[in-house]
Amino acid sequence: MMTTREAIAVVAELLKEEVVICTTGYTCRDMQVVRDRARNFYMIGSMGLAAPIGLGLAVARPELPVVVLDGDGALLMGLGVLPMIAADRPKNLTHVVLDNEAFVSTGKQPTFSSVVPLERLAEAAGYPVVHRLVHPEQIRKVWGAPAAGPRFLLIKCRPDTGPAAPRVEADPERITQRLMEAIAS
Amino acid sequence: MSGKTLPAAPAGEALAALEARGFDFYSGVACSILAPLITELTRVPGRYRPAPREDLAVGLAAGAYLAGRRPVALMQNSGLGYSLNALMSLNWIYRIPLLLVIGYRGFGGAPARPDGACASGGPADAPEHWVIGAHGEALLKEIGIPVWVPDAAGWAGAVDEAAAWLERERRPAALMLRKGIVS
Repeated sequence: MMTTREAIAVVAELLKEEVVICTTGYTCRDMQVVRDRARNFYMIGSMGLAAPIGLGLAVARPELPVVVLDGDGALLMGLGVLPMIAADRPKNLTHVVLDNEAFVSTGKQPTFSSVVPLERLAEAAGYPVVHRLVHPEQIRKVWGAPAAGPRFLLIKCRPDTGPAAPRVEADPERITQRLMEAIAS
Repeated sequence: MSGKTLPAAPAGEALAALEARGFDFYSGVACSILAPLITELTRVPGRYRPAPREDLAVGLAAGAYLAGRRPVALMQNSGLGYSLNALMSLNWIYRIPLLLVIGYRGFGGAPARPDGACASGGPADAPEHWVIGAHGEALLKEIGIPVWVPDAAGWAGAVDEAAAWLERERRPAALMLRKGIVS
């Protein structure tokens, strides 16, 4: 099984013009190390709100592909976003959940996604495309397949071991500015 | 003003004042005080996006701002608690402006007189609104979010001032609506 950072690296390699909203904690930090880009939004606080932010962007800019890099713990904090996204049906939104079954950034405390399959919740809410992925080649195959979203891609992975990636360097204000400049129409 | 009804602004005019200042993205959670405004918004399909909880509306609005829109989040003051972390750790530090339009339940707080009136002189609201009604406004100001509590005649002016503040500071501002201000 991939580690979370390895899963992030597989997704990062596939990115073109997508805006990526990264959830709180190590997801931001890993993405900054793996592939820093102006179109990444490192959401260092407000845990649980990466998906609503992605939804707001996606509905306001339907021509712009938007990716949410969510976590199992973060998604469980605000499950109400699943029907919200499913009801709006933005074709340009891909909701990735890195499911390592733990709150890794705070010391690997368990969530309960080992028992509750989160992709079933997305399916029940009404996401038209739902995948449970384990291998890197599955991610690449699904990513390239033409499909109208919103897409829900659950990636099963395990917590990384060893030192954590450094904290997000840029000021939050700068993160806002550089993204808005990068996607200005 | 005990027992008196405040003069009301029609919801259509209240919304027109918001749209005239460029606000073009609306989300929120229902509130009886805001019901006329939300009903007016929903007359145009897709203009208002209901959120299951107030913090999700704040997140949605932040995404819309990043995409170049001018968002408004409507909520009852009871939803402030759910929203505080988002307002502080997202909007405030990232400089993502947001106009909060808040239903001011419990204005004046708990009953303070033998006849059941609260500190404002009006009848006290239901118990679940006493504490947030007494402290919500101060709580917002404490975290650096300016608050306007307009009457019907002052609505457009308050929208103007709040819009100017959002433009300048790129952080949230709040308009708090007492019962009966918009009809």
